[in-house]
Amino acid sequence: MTVAVVQFGGSNCDRDTVQALAHLDIDAELVWHEDGLPADTTGVVLPGGFSYGDYLRAGAMAARSPIMGEVRDAADSGTPVLGICNGAQIGCESSLTPGAFTTNESARFQCERVNLRVENADTPWTEGFDEGEVVEFPIAHGEGRYEIDDGRLDELEADDRVLFRYCDEDGEATPEANPNGSKHSVAGVLGDRDSVAVLMPHPERVSLPDIGHTDGQGVLRAFGE
Amino acid sequence: MTPYTATVEVRLKHGVLDPEAETTGRALERLGFELEDLRAADLFEVDLDAESAEDAAERAGEMAERLLANPTIHDYEVTVEER
Repeated sequence: MTVAVVQFGGSNCDRDTVQALAHLDIDAELVWHEDGLPADTTGVVLPGGFSYGDYLRAGAMAARSPIMGEVRDAADSGTPVLGICNGAQIGCESSLTPGAFTTNESARFQCERVNLRVENADTPWTEGFDEGEVVEFPIAHGEGRYEIDDGRLDELEADDRVLFRYCDEDGEATPEANPNGSKHSVAGVLGDRDSVAVLMPHPERVSLPDIGHTDGQGVLRAFGE
Repeated sequence: MTPYTATVEVRLKHGVLDPEAETTGRALERLGFELEDLRAADLFEVDLDAESAEDAAERAGEMAERLLANPTIHDYEVTVEER
């Protein structure tokens, strides 16, 4: 019974994630990608970082590593899988989730707190929130602009697959509140199943009370069910 | 088997914003150059041995599909020359 936090060369939010999960009394362990998923894996986190130095495209190399076949099998059997930041890029690169995260509109690395509006509160990741609730998470990325073709985005929105959108403190998804130029301000999406999700903001960085905000706990609690 | 070089050019689909290219264009303007627009692309040259140019192109195309390009945001073009 353990949540596997998969380490690739260049992952750097892996230990933060284990610590945040441990704080919520959720058993989690670091799993080096070459070792494969433990037999008792009950959840998978693809953590943030710069796997393989972001070579080619952020997440492109990690998405093609052998462990991702195991992650896909786990996801297909209903195991919760969460990709955070670089993990979100890996999730989209490996087609676990739709779309792509590419260079910020500013062409700069951005490290700041952002407001997010909960778009769908009927998922394991958001059931502790209300639909339309505004939460505050940090972002830290250079390639977080969500891109997808318009038709596919319409489908995602019609199917309620958008999990979070960037917004202002009143919950309005304005262009000014969109830090990276993401299409329709999308900050996180679901995969084919509700149990698979990716997001660019970092819930694990707002989960320990000593740090201040704890909005991120709501997302990570999905692994405790 | 014949030695070929397959060239795979990967570029953003029309309409997908390219902030790096925009920044590069602006930097050229700051240097005093006049330009209307600037587009950037990635170029991969793959040396491989194949039965035919078609075979080489097919394999390079598969490389583009599976890794070199991201079909969500990229188009790609393959050309093959004997090496």
